[in-house]
Amino acid sequence: MDVLYFAWVRERIGLPREKVETNAATVAELVAELSAREDRYAVAFSDLSALRVAVDQELTDFDAPLAGVREVAFFPPMTGG
Amino acid sequence: MRVSVQEAPFDLGRESAAFAAGHVDMGAIVTFTGIVRDLPDDPMQAMEIEHYPGMTEAALTDIATQAMTRFSLGDALVIHRYGRLVPGELIMMVATAARHRKDAFEGAEFLMDYLKSRAPFWKREISANGAEWVAAKDEDEAALNRW
Repeated sequence: MDVLYFAWVRERIGLPREKVETNAATVAELVAELSAREDRYAVAFSDLSALRVAVDQELTDFDAPLAGVREVAFFPPMTGG
Repeated sequence: MRVSVQEAPFDLGRESAAFAAGHVDMGAIVTFTGIVRDLPDDPMQAMEIEHYPGMTEAALTDIATQAMTRFSLGDALVIHRYGRLVPGELIMMVATAARHRKDAFEGAEFLMDYLKSRAPFWKREISANGAEWVAAKDEDEAALNRW
């Protein structure tokens, strides 16, 4: 699936998007998998309360299932307006 | 109803006039415009706005559709820019048309409250001291509770 990062999450991880092969069943499992991979992920995901997640471009929670999902995005709380 | 996510500036007068034209059954038009505000203690060189192409348009369309239904609006407009802006530039505008002013005002406030914390935009302020992401405010999240 495609994993996208925005704002300071993108800066900490060092790229805006990547393809990830995963069997993670939920967003939380994907986060754990990425965090175990490299420090920069662990740092970006260290405080999940400071992050928001969208699955297939809809805001959701970290316990959201990933079956059939094409795109997951991680970002800080939004600051529009 | 129209939603536009754009890098280019918009003409507030022309957008407002075009929105107001042709609504013979709507007695009230409300417009709100957001402007890049300079920082008093740390003069801003620019504000950079990042967004999530695709999701941004979908989120704004969803918010505007909810406002149309909830406040019986005859029409709604949301324009939001992204990219590099300088103090004094217009960031965004919303406009609502309703039969009566209460719905037009409330519809515009609802649009603003939701697009502040539910539309995927992120602002970064750049000054001589460096660049900093704007943090979301608790009060912006709390503002959603009144709807």
